[in-house]
Amino acid sequence: MNAMFTTAQWLALSPILIVSATIVGAMIAVAFRRHHWWNATLVAVGLNLALLAATWLVLPLLVDGLPVAWQAPLHALLGPSPLPQFVTPLLVIDSYAAFYMGLVLAAALATATLSYAYMEGHKGNQEEVYLLLALSTLGGLVVVCSRHFAAFFIGLELLSIPLYGMVGYLVRERRSLEASVKYLVLSAVASAFILFGMALIYSQTGTLLFAEIGARAAAVAGAGQTVLLVGGGLLLAGIAFKLSLAPFHLWTPDVYEGAPAPVTAYLATASKTAVFALLLRYYVEARGYDHRALIDVLSAIAILSIVIGNVLALLQDNLKRLLAYSSIAHFGYVLVAFIAAGPLAVEAVGVYLLTYVVTTLAAFGVVTMMSSPYRDHDADTLWDYRGLFWRRPYLTAILTVALLSLAGIPLTAGFIGKFYAVAAGVDKNLWLLLAVLVLGSAIGLYYYLRAMVQLYLRAPWVRRYAAPLNWARGTGGIMLLALMLLMLWLGVYPTPFIAVVQAAVLGGQ
Amino acid sequence: MILVWLFVLPFIGGALCWQIERFGRGLPRWVALGTMFVVLALAAELWFIGDYSLTLLGARHVWVEEFQVPWIPRFGISFHLALDGLSLLLVFLTGLLGVMAVACSWREVQRHVGFFHLNLLWNLGGVIGVFLAMDLFLFFFFWEMMLVPMYFLIALWGHNVPGGRGRVYAATKFFIYTQASGLLMLLSILGLVFAHYQASHVITFDYSALLATPMSARLEWWLMLGFFVAFAVKLPVVPFHNWLPDAHSQAPTAGSVDLAGVLLKTAAYGLLRFALPLFPHASREFAPIAMWLGVLGIVYGALLAYAQNDIKRLVAYTSISHMGFVLIGIYAGTETALQGAVINMLAHGISAGALFILCGEIYERLHTRDLREMGGLWSRFPFLPPIALFFALAALGLPGLGNFVGEFLVLIGTFKVDALVTVFAASGMVLAAAYALILVQRAFHGPVRGPDTAMLQDLNGRELATMLTLMAVLVWLGLDPQPALNLSAAPMHAVQTLFQQAAGTAAAAPGMP
Repeated sequence: MNAMFTTAQWLALSPILIVSATIVGAMIAVAFRRHHWWNATLVAVGLNLALLAATWLVLPLLVDGLPVAWQAPLHALLGPSPLPQFVTPLLVIDSYAAFYMGLVLAAALATATLSYAYMEGHKGNQEEVYLLLALSTLGGLVVVCSRHFAAFFIGLELLSIPLYGMVGYLVRERRSLEASVKYLVLSAVASAFILFGMALIYSQTGTLLFAEIGARAAAVAGAGQTVLLVGGGLLLAGIAFKLSLAPFHLWTPDVYEGAPAPVTAYLATASKTAVFALLLRYYVEARGYDHRALIDVLSAIAILSIVIGNVLALLQDNLKRLLAYSSIAHFGYVLVAFIAAGPLAVEAVGVYLLTYVVTTLAAFGVVTMMSSPYRDHDADTLWDYRGLFWRRPYLTAILTVALLSLAGIPLTAGFIGKFYAVAAGVDKNLWLLLAVLVLGSAIGLYYYLRAMVQLYLRAPWVRRYAAPLNWARGTGGIMLLALMLLMLWLGVYPTPFIAVVQAAVLGGQ
Repeated sequence: MILVWLFVLPFIGGALCWQIERFGRGLPRWVALGTMFVVLALAAELWFIGDYSLTLLGARHVWVEEFQVPWIPRFGISFHLALDGLSLLLVFLTGLLGVMAVACSWREVQRHVGFFHLNLLWNLGGVIGVFLAMDLFLFFFFWEMMLVPMYFLIALWGHNVPGGRGRVYAATKFFIYTQASGLLMLLSILGLVFAHYQASHVITFDYSALLATPMSARLEWWLMLGFFVAFAVKLPVVPFHNWLPDAHSQAPTAGSVDLAGVLLKTAAYGLLRFALPLFPHASREFAPIAMWLGVLGIVYGALLAYAQNDIKRLVAYTSISHMGFVLIGIYAGTETALQGAVINMLAHGISAGALFILCGEIYERLHTRDLREMGGLWSRFPFLPPIALFFALAALGLPGLGNFVGEFLVLIGTFKVDALVTVFAASGMVLAAAYALILVQRAFHGPVRGPDTAMLQDLNGRELATMLTLMAVLVWLGLDPQPALNLSAAPMHAVQTLFQQAAGTAAAAPGMP
């Protein structure tokens, strides 16, 4: 092991380092003086810098997609990309990692701006939420870069543990605390599953590196294969907990409902995206696709998630719970692309997760705007949103586009994601999964429309919630408007985004 | 470029309607009306400048107007709009009925006028896009895009019919039926694209490129079914028709005009443009089934129309019946029958649209749509009843009006293919007489019911103008259908050629599953 890093390695590691520095800075700043705006800004600046660093890493790879005349000067300006870099046996920073780092960081940034709007009216300590957010983001970055079980586990825990604090941040509120405890217990169980699975795999292969596991697993004979399979299954179960895939989804609606809206947004986007990216890398590098049985299990999980997520969402009158069930279904859809395997599948997963993150952030962003200033709990029943269009047309337009995007209607980002997932499935003739996907989407329409039409019906007399009239002036509001434009842009002209995702190839493909 | 304007204008106009409402409640109506007139004028200009007598040159379509720019090169998707005679006829119909839809909601819609017209125009814009798109991805894009505004039109400005399940229910049902079947079509489109990719290693969604994609008979059969189901739901073909009566009876007048006049035609257009040419062999195999489904639709729609008490539901069921003729004409595959189907689409769009407008006008005055509460209206209006009689006669296929020409051509064209189907389909014309006359009888003749027997306010200038326009077009179609037939001749000839060519090979192909 060479402890000395080269410049290229430092450069590749820069997003992680910047976030780490931000954490230290935020900690000191809170100790020094409590000031909501300063602390939030500090973290936001740190995350922005990290995002810039991650963007800088992939930029040279994108130049080839531009018009020929621009290529030479841009290549001269940007220099060659430092990617991929192997940093210690634990981490690899390739274009795939850089793309998902960017996605996680962007989601974290959006969460930070939403939290700022949300926490303004909060009476307790406001500042620690940014610290926890940065910590969790660091975990996410490590997760998407890991190529070793140790980094996998450390990253996953670093991602999850700050979330317990964030979910239960509103300590005076029963639902928030309950959600926190529920998430803590189930997440710990999932971690135990993952650890046990890792141990079983290690027992047969004698290595913790993904790539070597793949190479050595094929040579394991006899009963060892069964142990490997059980290990892989346990690992999968633990990951399925984190991704809230059925039948490991039971915590999702309660936690989504109880957590403060911006935290829910983070949980649904950054955390799940990072874990899914890791799962895909593990399957590709450790040749998980060679195990037919595991793929069958995944197919079953995908079908269950789509069916259960969509059917249970039908029964919800609470927007946050509805979105929770819909997220279960959506990860079922991504799994369809995942199961298809191959370069198109990696691309499809990237595009799907990108569209999903943008859409989900917008949906929870609107919930956040409606819920602040702080009250005893969030604006989450559908009734709270009745007739909103006639009072806050633009905010409603954002939620409408988000719901249509979740439903996968053309013109919005969600359609491109769904199109990709279906294309990946058709390419590999996964007709059963596709049939379930179509069925699930059809069911899904019902509850998305039900939520959407509420926004336009005649408003009730008693209104408990409304976004402040100047919601669009704050950073959170501006971010929401930007998200809406992004949703439409992705839906209408996805070509630039596809180029970015295509640059994010997984090694060995 | 003119093609881009055709579908972009309604979108711009719609957005303008929404924003201009703050300056005056009546303004959106004028903006919407102006927009649709411009669309109509553009369509007319296209008619005059283009030469629509071109046919196929080799395997490539020759379009009268074309616009193509790359869109998503990753999948070989381009923004490809093109126009031939068939597209032009339907765009014309859309423009005409668009004007009528705006005009007929002048007084009916009083809440959120701007947003209403936004939805109406965006829906029409999507429909025009459907008629122009020559890239399968783009086609699907527009196909789905026109649903959302329609959903809003029904859900927000619809009626809650007593005894019915409410407008939101109807709107949701409409949306789910069409969207779910649309997803099946998306699967089929992708299946076709990947089949083409395997054969040629070119990934493309372009219509011309995908024609004559080599594939196994089994695959072709399944892909064709995916398309057929999507179009069958929208047309509607009888087992899939369940959404239509609900959607029509709860929709506002403009929504019904739009649905019956234009939206149903997108399905027939889809069959003519995509299902038949892309999968000629499978369609050929499937044709007898489709034709019998058409017969079923004709008879079933007519019988149910006869039994309705709600006047809008009655007209809705007649649509199912008329669309049966269109379906038979399309799958008979002879040039006469195909031409008949096109004329039938146009004529039905106008006659059904007019009947729905009349239903709306009756409702505005009587505040009921129940035939049991009408009767004796002839003595209470000078103009409305005879106009309604005119359109009822058009619906029953009176010679001299457009519907007769369409149905007659369909029946002649089908007779050579399948005489039995023709015989049963012709029974629809008898049944049509029954439901059309019972409509007139129950609504306008007989004793005046209810306590109120005073004269009712008759049609005003705006309403009379719309009605007279539609009547004139229908008479023109009935007396001199040749201009319209000339427009659709070339595309229909192309469809017929593909379909007949498939006959030879289909007989030799192995049996279908």
